[in-house]
Amino acid sequence: MSPAPALLDFDRAMALFDPALGLEVHVELNTRSKMFCGCSTEFGAEPNSQTCPVCLGLPGSLPVLNRRAVESAIRIGLALNCSIASQCRFARKNYFYPDMPKDFQTSQYDEPICHDGRVTVEVEGRQIVIEIERAHMEEDAGKLVHVGGSTGRIQGADHSLLDYNRAGVPLVEIVTKPILGAGAQAPQVARAYVAYLRDLLRALGVSDVRMEQGSLRCDANVSLMPRGATELGTRTETKNVNSLRSIERALRYEIRRQAGLLVAGGRVKQETRHWHEDSGTTSPGRSKEQAEDYRYFPEPDLAPVAPDPEWVERLRLELPEAPPQRAAWLRAEWGFTEAEMRDVTGGGALDLVVRTVAAGAAPAAARKWWTTELARWANSAGVELEAVPMTAEQVAEVQALIDQGVINDRLARRVFEAVLAGQGDPAAVVRDLGLAVLSDGSALRQAVQRAIADQPEVAQRIRQGKVQAVGALIGQVMRDLRGRGDAAAIRQLILDELTSGQEAG
Amino acid sequence: MNDLIHKGAWELSQLMTGGQVSSQEVTTACLERIAQVEPAVAAFLHVDAERALELARRVDQRRADGQELGPLAGVPVALKDAFAYAGAPTTCGSLILRDWIPPYNATVTQRLLDAGLVILGKTNLDEFAMGSSTENSAFGPTHNPWDLERVPGGSGGGSAASLVAFETPLAIGSDTGGSIRQPASVTGTVGVKPTYGGSSRYGLVAMASSLDQPGPCARSVLDAALLHQVIAGWDPKDSTSIDAPVPDVVAAAQRFDLAGLKVGVVEELGGEGYAAGVEQRFAEAVALLEAGGAEVRQVSCPHFPLALGAYYLIMPSEVSSNLARFDAVRYGWRVDDDGDHSVEQVMRRSRGAGFGAEAKRRIILGTYALSSGYYDAYYGSAQKTRTLIIEDFAAAFEQVDVLVSPATPTTAFKLGERVDDPLAMYKADLCTIPSNLAGNAAASFPIGLSPQDGLPVGLQVMAPPLADDRLYRVGAALERALEEQWSGPLWAELARREERP
Repeated sequence: MSPAPALLDFDRAMALFDPALGLEVHVELNTRSKMFCGCSTEFGAEPNSQTCPVCLGLPGSLPVLNRRAVESAIRIGLALNCSIASQCRFARKNYFYPDMPKDFQTSQYDEPICHDGRVTVEVEGRQIVIEIERAHMEEDAGKLVHVGGSTGRIQGADHSLLDYNRAGVPLVEIVTKPILGAGAQAPQVARAYVAYLRDLLRALGVSDVRMEQGSLRCDANVSLMPRGATELGTRTETKNVNSLRSIERALRYEIRRQAGLLVAGGRVKQETRHWHEDSGTTSPGRSKEQAEDYRYFPEPDLAPVAPDPEWVERLRLELPEAPPQRAAWLRAEWGFTEAEMRDVTGGGALDLVVRTVAAGAAPAAARKWWTTELARWANSAGVELEAVPMTAEQVAEVQALIDQGVINDRLARRVFEAVLAGQGDPAAVVRDLGLAVLSDGSALRQAVQRAIADQPEVAQRIRQGKVQAVGALIGQVMRDLRGRGDAAAIRQLILDELTSGQEAG
Repeated sequence: MNDLIHKGAWELSQLMTGGQVSSQEVTTACLERIAQVEPAVAAFLHVDAERALELARRVDQRRADGQELGPLAGVPVALKDAFAYAGAPTTCGSLILRDWIPPYNATVTQRLLDAGLVILGKTNLDEFAMGSSTENSAFGPTHNPWDLERVPGGSGGGSAASLVAFETPLAIGSDTGGSIRQPASVTGTVGVKPTYGGSSRYGLVAMASSLDQPGPCARSVLDAALLHQVIAGWDPKDSTSIDAPVPDVVAAAQRFDLAGLKVGVVEELGGEGYAAGVEQRFAEAVALLEAGGAEVRQVSCPHFPLALGAYYLIMPSEVSSNLARFDAVRYGWRVDDDGDHSVEQVMRRSRGAGFGAEAKRRIILGTYALSSGYYDAYYGSAQKTRTLIIEDFAAAFEQVDVLVSPATPTTAFKLGERVDDPLAMYKADLCTIPSNLAGNAAASFPIGLSPQDGLPVGLQVMAPPLADDRLYRVGAALERALEEQWSGPLWAELARREERP
């Protein structure tokens, strides 16, 4: 095999090619029971403890459709502005794999329950319409755990264990039409779209939308065509993209890789690729030289689904607000500027801010912590803001300590560090690390006096009315106190000290 | 002669209710008979003697306690080995399931148990119910008690043969293309395929989901109706079962009157390929219906000749998907799992070793018919043909109340005669397949022995969906008229033969 051509620089790739995206998002519904049987869908249970003859595909067992799952699928479709099919059927997707109890997946093929929708997402102030081709219902497969290899992948594994707890958990797959014209913003558009879906699905209450747990999964298809061309290029499908950030990164990588191939005169192979979070690269998945023939045919074990139009209308009326409307309403209530609100929504912080405000923090303070301190931490840890090990309640608690004057902003940053490092709740951290501000008492007074004694010229200038010079003394006091001082209080103490001395002298 | 084994379910029920005999005595008689004739007949794959006696003991106890019991409580029944019976092997006549013991009961099994029936064991069948002779069973064929050199029909040859071997008064079958009716025809017994959705498929190992239907097998029409009533009716576990009351089949089986009933003889199901002896007995039976007050006319169902072709595309398509799960990963016979073979190799080799030739033939046919590029030409056209057959039935049932035809074109053929000629084998289901494709109710009733070879001939009655009671009305009247001619049931001839030295 000849070595793969080098990646092309992203900007150069974008100068030569137009990317076309196609996004397939799998949403695990949070129904209490599975799609076709009564087994629990609880995450993290003992392997194979949530199974029965139906979801194990035992001979003779038959599926019975979970009406709640149908309702969720319809609500998702309505929220994506889709048409809801008046009648649709399930289909069998036939292929052999050990994690598939029946060796076919009960899915939908040419008759999806929801079709032809659209949503609008915003990237850097630009509105982009994303056309939804379909949203259909299907069942999840079990989980294979490969044992004995170094990578946890099937290659090199000694044996594999099967857990069918997830087999039969209801999924809705949302498929976009090709997204064209996004240009260099394509990776951000993909991210913004998935973030939009995540917020929407959460607002609908139909899924836990935890990307890291796999309840929201995105397969990102991308192809390149020479700029100005109209015929789509050959696409790759990247799987294992487990966070909003990786969607953007994986697409940037694939665009650069494909551009490198094309510029070197090569061809893009239509294939499934795996995203590797650690190395920031993709690699070919299971080699499937020809397109797999799934031999779809209508599922004879299930009656067609024919949602009552009145029911669908009632579900439509009961839909919650769409995320953009909700964001606009919250922005007005919180008094944020548009730019501030964009930071919040773009960074996936909207619900976190809502919860922090609900826990008692002022909106501006909640926004500040989530979009600066915590966003930075998430970014360097390579995780979603959602996954930061600090709750909205804890953030509100830090802000309350500031508001009470127990700590200041600077100390607050150390409190965040400690809480994020798992050292306990904010109040406990402040107590254990002795971080409380010294607003009075002898330690503070002594530090102020030491500073004045150490810098007599500065003290003299302040006495002469150059109050702005006080900063130098504050700085020294703060250093002396290892940051535990409250700047305003120190300033006042220094001024009191110097002016009272003047009066005395 | 042990008299208990020749008694029907209804008669046994009366005797048990009257305290003249216990279920344990009846069950013991059946088990002894099984031990006696199985070496020659081989109707059973598994005899569950211990549990049967325990079930019988419990029914006797409940009766002694004065509990209200259903009409078939304590009556023995044999279960086709395609129905899950918790704790008993359920092989489907296949090596791939030779060691599989289901952890749950099929709905049919559960209803039998709930009604107090005594399950004697599991009967032989063609592998995964694919065949018309039981010769496709991985565990050897069943022999027809009328002539041990001949097949008992299939796939439910074990259930049918067990009735006329007097091993059991009742048996359960499943009918996908004729697997209840064709064996009933060639063994001189009653076999009923209810309306599709009339009885639950839950726990019946699927061959072709849109065609399979469990049904009763018995030596008399009333016995079949009593068993029908126990197993039929809506089941929330089967999404294709019909949520409607079961027609009163037991009342219909006791009506004995055909006055005003319009009977249509299907023109297309006769003529070339039909044995003369079969046609003769069929014509006589139709004349008997007419004499009994029925209005008989000829009816054309022009698309019926296309049914076999459509069936052999739809059925294998569903088979190819339904049999995919037998991959040796979770259960079933596993081959070459020695650490040197990958999971794909083990799956492939287990399927290669576990499935017989007919199962493989149908998996391959179905896989091909569903393949992209061929789907429309094969599966798609077959579904259109299926619609035409449904329309033929609908038009016919506007003119008549029931349709009749021979149940199968010939009497029982010789073991081995058709094993190398799949098409000849498939033709045994020529008359029965249309009702599977259309989903209506149909049954086979014994109408005598062929003058050509002295073997049983069956008449098929077909009724509109959910009009299963009409089958029993016709069957009961016919049975009464024939038994008057014969001075007893057809099977009595078999009992007599046994008594002769």
